[in-house]
Amino acid sequence: MAKVTVDGIEIEIANGSSVLQACEMAGKEIPRFCYHERLSIAGNCRMCLVEIEKMPKPVASCGQPVGDGMVIKTDTETVRKARRGVMEFLLVNHPLDCPICDQGGECDLQDEAVGYGRGYSRYEENKRSVGQADWGPLVKTTMTRCIHCTRCVRFSTEVAGVPELGATARGESMRVGTYVEKALSSELSGNIIDLCPVGALTSKPYAYTARPWELKKTDSVDVFDAVGANIRVDARGAEVLRILPRVNDAVNEEWLGDKSRFAVDGLKRRRLDRPWIRENGKLRAASWEEAFAVIANRIKAVPGEKIGAIIGDQCDAESMLALKDMMSALGSPNIDCRQDGAALDASRREFYLFNTTIAGIEEADALLIIGSNPRREAPVLNARIRKRWLTGGLAVGLIGELADLTYEFDYIGSGPESLKALGGFADKLQAAKKPMIILGQGALQRDDGAAVLAAAWALAAKYNMLNAEWHGFNVLHTAAARVGALDLGLVPGVGGKKISAMLGGGVDVLWLLAADEFDTSKIGRETFVIYQGHHGDAGAARADVILPGAAYTEKPGTYVNTEGRAQFGFMAVSPPGDAREDWRILRAISAYIGHALPYDDVSALRARLIQANPIFGEIGEVRRLAGLNHEAPVGDAAGIGSVPFSNAVHNYYQTDPISRASPTMAACVAAHYGTQAEAAE
Amino acid sequence: MTMQAEPTSFEFDTESEGLVLAAIACYPAGKQASAVMPMLDIAQRQVARHTGSAWVPRVAMDVIAKRLGMAPIRVYEVATFYLMYNTKPVGKYHLQVCTTTPCWLRGSDEVVSACKKHAGISEFGETSEDGLFTMTEVECLGGCVNAPILQINDDYFEDMDGARTQAMLENLKAGGALPPAGSTAGRSGSAPAAGLTALLPISEPVE
Repeated sequence: MAKVTVDGIEIEIANGSSVLQACEMAGKEIPRFCYHERLSIAGNCRMCLVEIEKMPKPVASCGQPVGDGMVIKTDTETVRKARRGVMEFLLVNHPLDCPICDQGGECDLQDEAVGYGRGYSRYEENKRSVGQADWGPLVKTTMTRCIHCTRCVRFSTEVAGVPELGATARGESMRVGTYVEKALSSELSGNIIDLCPVGALTSKPYAYTARPWELKKTDSVDVFDAVGANIRVDARGAEVLRILPRVNDAVNEEWLGDKSRFAVDGLKRRRLDRPWIRENGKLRAASWEEAFAVIANRIKAVPGEKIGAIIGDQCDAESMLALKDMMSALGSPNIDCRQDGAALDASRREFYLFNTTIAGIEEADALLIIGSNPRREAPVLNARIRKRWLTGGLAVGLIGELADLTYEFDYIGSGPESLKALGGFADKLQAAKKPMIILGQGALQRDDGAAVLAAAWALAAKYNMLNAEWHGFNVLHTAAARVGALDLGLVPGVGGKKISAMLGGGVDVLWLLAADEFDTSKIGRETFVIYQGHHGDAGAARADVILPGAAYTEKPGTYVNTEGRAQFGFMAVSPPGDAREDWRILRAISAYIGHALPYDDVSALRARLIQANPIFGEIGEVRRLAGLNHEAPVGDAAGIGSVPFSNAVHNYYQTDPISRASPTMAACVAAHYGTQAEAAE
Repeated sequence: MTMQAEPTSFEFDTESEGLVLAAIACYPAGKQASAVMPMLDIAQRQVARHTGSAWVPRVAMDVIAKRLGMAPIRVYEVATFYLMYNTKPVGKYHLQVCTTTPCWLRGSDEVVSACKKHAGISEFGETSEDGLFTMTEVECLGGCVNAPILQINDDYFEDMDGARTQAMLENLKAGGALPPAGSTAGRSGSAPAAGLTALLPISEPVE
C-alpha cells in the first residue's frame, strides 16, 4: 500500500495503482478522454494532467503509478492552465458542429470544454477534415470529430478480440479506421459508440432521432440472450428510441451485444396491437370480449389433459407463473418451456444453471466448451472468457462447430464421441485446479440430448469440477426466459406432455405464450391455437385467437439469467393499442373461464412468485452453489449418438420475433452473412 | 501516367524468402511480429524489382500479417506510419526533396522547381506522365552539412542546385543510370565547400 496525499486528503492505495485512481479515491474528478477503466492505458489525450510535488512538469495521471509519500495537486493554477492548453489543442481540429452532432448533450469534450475551454478560438488556419468511412449498419462515423483517443481501437483489440480498427498514418494525417473499408464484424461493436468521448462514432439507426435530455430513462434487463445484461431503456413518449448498457460488474460489466442494443426498432414493427380471431380461415380484428368468448367456449368443451401450453423465450416470470397457475386450475399437466426441445433436467437447479457464474469465469483455469459458440450465443459472456484468457493460464477446449471465438482453443472434435476421449486436453483438465464446462443448447436440442447432459455431468465429476469450493458445470442458455421457467417448474407435470407430444394433435387447445421458435407447421391441423404475444411472427400466423401482449420494455418483469440471477426490469413505455401486460391478460381470462387466479395486483403476484421459488425474493443476487451432490441428471451417458453438434444460434442477429422485425438487424445479416444466410433460411 | 493497379495476390519470391527467414530468425519465438518492418522493406524491394515501382500493395501487407500472426490492421498501421514505405505506387525514380530549414536556406526551392519542370510534375506526391518520377517532400534527411539534399530511391545526392538537378533528370529520362551518390559539387565528404578554413598547414612558426 502506498500513502499519498491528494489536495490535502491522505489516502492509502494499492501499489501499482495510477495517480488518477488515487485522485478518484480521494473524490477528485479528473477529466479524461483516452483513459478508460476497462481498457489498457494509452496516455495520449493529456487531459488528466495533475501536479505532483518534486516533479518539474505536470504529469498525465492515468499512466503515472503512485509512489509512497506522493503529494498530488489536482486543482492548482498550473494544472488548470495545462489542461486549458490541452483543451485548446484538442479543439484546434475539432469541428464546432455541436448543434448538428448526435453526441451533443452527452459529449465528454463538450462537458470538459465548459470547464477548460476558451470562450473564443485563437486558431485561424484551416481545420483538418477527414473523409467519411463506412463501418457497417450500426456505427455512424464522422471522423473529422475524432480526437484520436484510440478507445475504439483498444476496445476492438482487447475486449472484443476482433482487431479491425487501427490508427493509420501519423501526425496530422493520422486516421482512426479500418484502412480497408469494411463493416465491423464484432458482435460487441456497438460499445465503441458508448466509449467514444466525442461524436466521431455515433449510433447509425438512432442518428438525428433525439437529444439525451428529451429521453425518459428506465432501468431494465436485456432479453435477447440469457446473460441478462443490465440495460437502460431510453424512450420518448410511447417510443423506445435506444438501449444502453448499465454497469453491473457481475453480469455484463458495461458492455452490451449489438442485437440487444440495436434490435429496438423491431419493437415498432409487426406489432400485435389488438385481439384477432380466425373466422373461416382468415384472421379478423376483434375486441377483447369477443376473443375471450371464443377461447372460453373452446376451453370449456375440452378436458384439462387435452389443453397444452408452450412458453416463449422472452417471457417474464410473472406471466409464466400466471399461465402455469391457470393451466393447473384447468387440470392440465401439459406445459413446456423448452420449445427447442432441449433435454434440460429441471429436477435440480445445478443441472441447468451456469453454476460457475459469469464473474466466476475469471477464476477458472481450464474451460471445455461443448456444442456452443458463446460468441454468438452470449457475446458479453464470451468477452468475459476472453478477458480471462488474456490474463494467461486458461486452457480452452472446444467440441462442436469450429468457429473464431476470439481466443485460442484446442479443437477436440465435432461430435459427442469426442466426449469419451478428450485427447491431449484431458491432461490439461486433469492438471487444472478450477476447470469448468460450458454446455451449449446445441448439445441438448438433440435426440440424445439427455445422454449428452449426463455425459457432460460425468466429465465434470471425473475432472474435479464438482467440489466444496468450486462448481464447474455450466449450461449456457440462449433464451432469457428459460431459467426462470425451469425455476417455476414449467415442465410437463405427472403424465404431462412435452412439446413434441403436444404437437401433431397431441392436445386440442394449445396456448402459446410468445412462443415462436419451433416449427409451427407441426401443430396438429385440428388443434385450436391461442397465441399470446407481442409480434406477428410464426406463432401468430398459425393462431386461431391472438391476444396482444407486451414486449419486455412494456411491462415490469422478472427475468432469471443463465446463472440463476433473478433481475427486475421496469416498464419503460405502455404496450401499443389494446395490448396489455401479459399477466393481466391471463388474470382476466382466468376469471372469464371461472378459474380466477388468486392475485389481483402485481405485488400479490410477486408474493406468489416468491412462494413458488424463493429465488424470486433475491433480486439481483446469485448464490454460488457448491458441487457437493454428485448425483447425475437423468439420462444414460452411454446413449450418446455420433451426429456432430450443431450450435443453437447460427444467425446472431435474428433469434426472436423482435430482432426478426428489426430492419437494422436485417441490414446486419445482409452485411455479415450475405447470401450465405439467405441460403440457410 | 502509368499508375499500377492494386495487385490481387502477392508472394515472396526466392530471393526475398531468404531475407524473410533471416529477418524472422532475428527475434525469439512468439515475438515474430517484431520482423514486420524488415518484412515490409523486403516486400517493397521485391515489388520494385518486379515492376520498377517501390511500393507495398495491401495484399503484401496481408501476406506479412498472416506470416507473422498479426492482425492485418497492425501491419497497415506500421506501413502507413513510416514514410519510407510507399502504400501507393511511385515512379521508377522516387525524388525525395528535403525542404526543411537548412536545405531551404541553401536553395531547396530551386531543386523543387527544377524537379517540377524537368520531371513534369506539378505537385508534391505526383507521378510524372511517363511513370518515371514521383516527387515527395520530405522532412530533414540529416544531411544538412551538404544541403540541399535530393534523395533518389536509396541514394543521397548532395549540394544540389537547379542546373545539376536538371542535368541529372535529363540523363535519367534519356535512359541513363543514377550517378554515384554523394556530393554533386565535387567536394569530398562533408569537407568545407570553399576549401579548408581550419587545421591549415602552419606557414610560419609560432613565436
